[in-house]
Amino acid sequence: MAAMTKADIAEHLFTSVGLNKREAKDLVELFFEEIRAALESGHQVKLSGFGNFDLRDKSQRPGRNPKTGEEIPISARRVVTFHAGQKLKTKVEEASSNNGEQSQSE
Amino acid sequence: MTKSELIERIASKQSHLPMKDVELAVKAVLDYMTTAMAEGKRIEIRGFGSFSLHYRAARLARNPKTGGSVRLSDKYVPHFKAGKEMRDRVNASREQVNIKQTASEED
Repeated sequence: MAAMTKADIAEHLFTSVGLNKREAKDLVELFFEEIRAALESGHQVKLSGFGNFDLRDKSQRPGRNPKTGEEIPISARRVVTFHAGQKLKTKVEEASSNNGEQSQSE
Repeated sequence: MTKSELIERIASKQSHLPMKDVELAVKAVLDYMTTAMAEGKRIEIRGFGSFSLHYRAARLARNPKTGGSVRLSDKYVPHFKAGKEMRDRVNASREQVNIKQTASEED
């Protein structure tokens, strides 16, 4: 199954919300850019029902070059983590159990 | 930043669109992404990240209240992996800004 992209989301806004193609494309760009900008400014992003994008500062830790086995430190860094909200988790879970039932009855 | 703040920020940069339309559109984007994942689809946003589903095998768990064991069937859980531009921008901000703690909400 092909992955969904920004173009698919813009097309959806065009057909179902009635934005014109330009507005739909701009809105999708802004949607993802504003989330990135908030995270870049040190703010967590909470999209109720969908999930939270959180920031974590990781300290330096020992690592290894998997090819050579050489020990190299993994530098301290800031990373983004995503925690799915209850609604998203439930929908994905329900769908996966429904699929299971369907394949049993087929 | 909450969903309503995201809507306000987008609206302030798309001043030709009524706030109501931006609100509808943001909710439509989130619903559309949710439906895609519920259908088992991956979502790939270049420079932002990708959403995929991770399989969790069936397992025996405990009801923490009663201590009885519960059979949990296998399932899929949503997973996000940050894209390169997201990783780089967030990591570069480490030296400039501290992580702001926000009061917890539902979810």
